[in-house]
Amino acid sequence: MSTHAHVPAPAAPPAPAPPRLAHHRGEESWSRGDKIGVALAWAAGILLCVLAAAIVLYMLFRGIQYLSVSLLATHPLPSLDQTKSGGFLDPIEGTVILTILGTAIAAPIGVGIAVWLSEYARPSWLARAVESGVEIVAGTPSIVLAIFGLLVFQQSVFGFLSFTAEGNAVFGRSFFTAGAMMALIALPLIVGSTREALHSIPSHVREASYALGKDRISTIRRVLLPASRRGIGTGVTLGMGRIVGDTAIVVILLGASQQIQPENGTPVWGLLKGTGSTLTTYVYNNSPAGEGGAPQKAYAAAFVLLVIVIFLNFAVDLIARRKEPTWTR
Amino acid sequence: MSVNGSHNAKPKDRTDQRAEVALGALASAVLLLIGFMIVFVFSKAWPSFAHNGLAWFGPGGNVDEQLANIFNSPANPSNYVYTMHAWPLLYATALITGAAVLLSTAISMLSAMFIVEFAPEAMRRVMQPVIRLLAAVPSVVYGLIGILVLVPFVGNHVISGAEKDSVRYVIQLDGSSVLVGVLVLTVMITPIMVAITTDALRSVPRSWTEGAAALGVNRWRALRTVGLRAARPAIVAAVVLATARALGEAIMLSMVSGSVGFAPNPLDGTTFIFEPARTLAATIVDNAEGLSVKPFGQTVYAFAAVLLISSFFLSFAGWAARQSMRKYTLQAR
Repeated sequence: MSTHAHVPAPAAPPAPAPPRLAHHRGEESWSRGDKIGVALAWAAGILLCVLAAAIVLYMLFRGIQYLSVSLLATHPLPSLDQTKSGGFLDPIEGTVILTILGTAIAAPIGVGIAVWLSEYARPSWLARAVESGVEIVAGTPSIVLAIFGLLVFQQSVFGFLSFTAEGNAVFGRSFFTAGAMMALIALPLIVGSTREALHSIPSHVREASYALGKDRISTIRRVLLPASRRGIGTGVTLGMGRIVGDTAIVVILLGASQQIQPENGTPVWGLLKGTGSTLTTYVYNNSPAGEGGAPQKAYAAAFVLLVIVIFLNFAVDLIARRKEPTWTR
Repeated sequence: MSVNGSHNAKPKDRTDQRAEVALGALASAVLLLIGFMIVFVFSKAWPSFAHNGLAWFGPGGNVDEQLANIFNSPANPSNYVYTMHAWPLLYATALITGAAVLLSTAISMLSAMFIVEFAPEAMRRVMQPVIRLLAAVPSVVYGLIGILVLVPFVGNHVISGAEKDSVRYVIQLDGSSVLVGVLVLTVMITPIMVAITTDALRSVPRSWTEGAAALGVNRWRALRTVGLRAARPAIVAAVVLATARALGEAIMLSMVSGSVGFAPNPLDGTTFIFEPARTLAATIVDNAEGLSVKPFGQTVYAFAAVLLISSFFLSFAGWAARQSMRKYTLQAR
C-alpha cells in the first residue's frame, strides 16, 4: 500500500528493546476483530500484572499480620491448642538441608551430563536418547517420582539410607531419599542451562586449547567449565527454587513428623537418615487440607517460603548480570 | 558445536578416553533410571490392572467406596479386594487439565503478543519479573490462597442456594470445585507458556513480519498471521510443557478441587463447574498414608502408572510435533 516503505531499523538496534513494527497511523485498516484482539491482548497482559501484584501484596499483608520472631525460632510441637503448638524452626531447617542435599547431588551429575551431551555426544543415537531422557525426567510429575522413590528406597539394599524397623522392613523415608528424588527435579534445569552455556563458547576457543597441547578433558576442566560458570550457577539456582517449592516429594518421602527426628548415632549421617518436614509440608499440614487447622501459621510459613523463592529469583538475576568472558568471533 | 575427534591433539590419550566413557555412562544412567521407573511402577501396579482388566478405566460405582474396600481388604492375600473403576478420576484429570490448558493457551498467546508488540516500554519492563514471579510461586502457596480465599468466596457468594439444592442428593457444594481448580491451575501454567511463546515470537525474523506489514496489514494481523504461525513449534512445546505440569499438579488440586472422587456431570448445566472433582495426582497425595497396605498400595501405584504413561506420551507427542514442523518453520529452542 504505502509506497514509502517505513523507516528501516537501525543497523545495530539497541539491545534491550528489539524494534517493533512501525506504526502507519491512518494507513492500515483495522477491522473490528483486530481491535478486539488488541484489546484482549492488553487485558491479558494487565491481568497477569494484577494477579502477581495481588498475590504478593496479599501474602505480604498476611505475613506481616501473622509472622513473629517466636514462630521462626521455636520448634513445632504436637498440640491441638494452637498457642502451644510452637513455630516452624524445624521446617525451615528441613528446607535448607533438603535444598543443599538435592543440589549437591544434582549439580555434579547435571554438569557431567551436559558436558557429555555438548562435548562428546558419541554415538549420536545414544546422545539423542539421553537428550529425550532428560526431557522425560523433566516432564514426569513429581508425585510419580516421589512414589517411585519410595518403592526403590524401601528395598533392603538401601536400608542404610533410612530407618529400619524390626524384621528388616525399611522405612524408605529420610532426608537422603527425599534429597535423591529432589535432585531429579533439579537435574533437567542444571543440564539445560549448562548446555546452553557450553554451546555459546565458540569452537575456536576449544581449538586454541588443543593447539596448546591440552587434551579434551583438560580443556573441559580448565577452559570450558570455568567459562560457563554463569550458566551452571543459573541452573543450580533455578533447581534450588524448584526444590524449595516442591511439596509432593516431601509429603511422601520425608515422613510425616513435623520435627526433625534424627537417628541416634553419628551426628550428620543420623540427621540425614532421619525424617523431618519442610516449609511446604508445614503449610500443607496446617492448611484446612491437612490435619491441623492453623491457617495463621500456614500463612506465616507460606510468606517465609515466598520470600525465599523471590530471593532465589533475585539471585538468578544477579548471576545472569555477572561479567562473562566475551569471545571474539 | 562440538569438535570432533580429528582435532584431538593426542589420539592415544587414555585419560581422555576414560573421561569420555565415564561421562557417557553417567549420561546413560538417565535412561537406566527411566527404565527402572517403568519396570518398578508397572510391576507394582500390575495386580490392580490384572484384576479389573479394561473395567479399570471404565465407570461404575463410587471410587471412594472402592478405595475404602481395598484399604480394608482381609489380611489373607488370596482375599485381597482389587475392584476399581477409576473413570471419575481419569475424567476429572482430563477435564481439569484440558480446561486449564485451553484457558491458559488463550491467555498466554495474547499476553505474549502484548509483551512483544503492544506493551508500552515501562509495562514491558514490568512484565518479565511478573512472569517469573508467577512461575516461581510454589504450588502449595497457590493452594493455600485457593483454599483459604477462593474456595470460601465461591462457596458463599458465587454458588446460589438453588444450585446447591439442585444437586443436594448427589453431592454437597462447598466451593471446592472444578472451577477453582481450573482457575488456579491456569495461573500456575500460564507463565511457562508466556515465557516460551515470547521468546519464540522475538526470534521470528523481523523481515517476515515486516514483509507482512509492507503489504499493508496492521500490526495485529502481521503478528497473528505471520509471527504466531512461524512460532508454532515453540507454541506446541509450550503447550506440552504446560500440560505435563498441569497433569502432575497434585498438592494444589488436592487442596482446592475437593477431595471427592466425583465425576462432575455436564448435564447439571452451569452447576457442573461448581462440583468437586479429584485428579489422579491429587488422589495419590490424599492416599499416601495407606501405601503400606498391600492391595491399596498397588492400586495407588496403578494411578501413578497411568500418569507416568501419560507424561511419556506427552513428551513424545511434543517431540514428534516439533520434528514434523521443523522443516518449514522456526526451530523451537
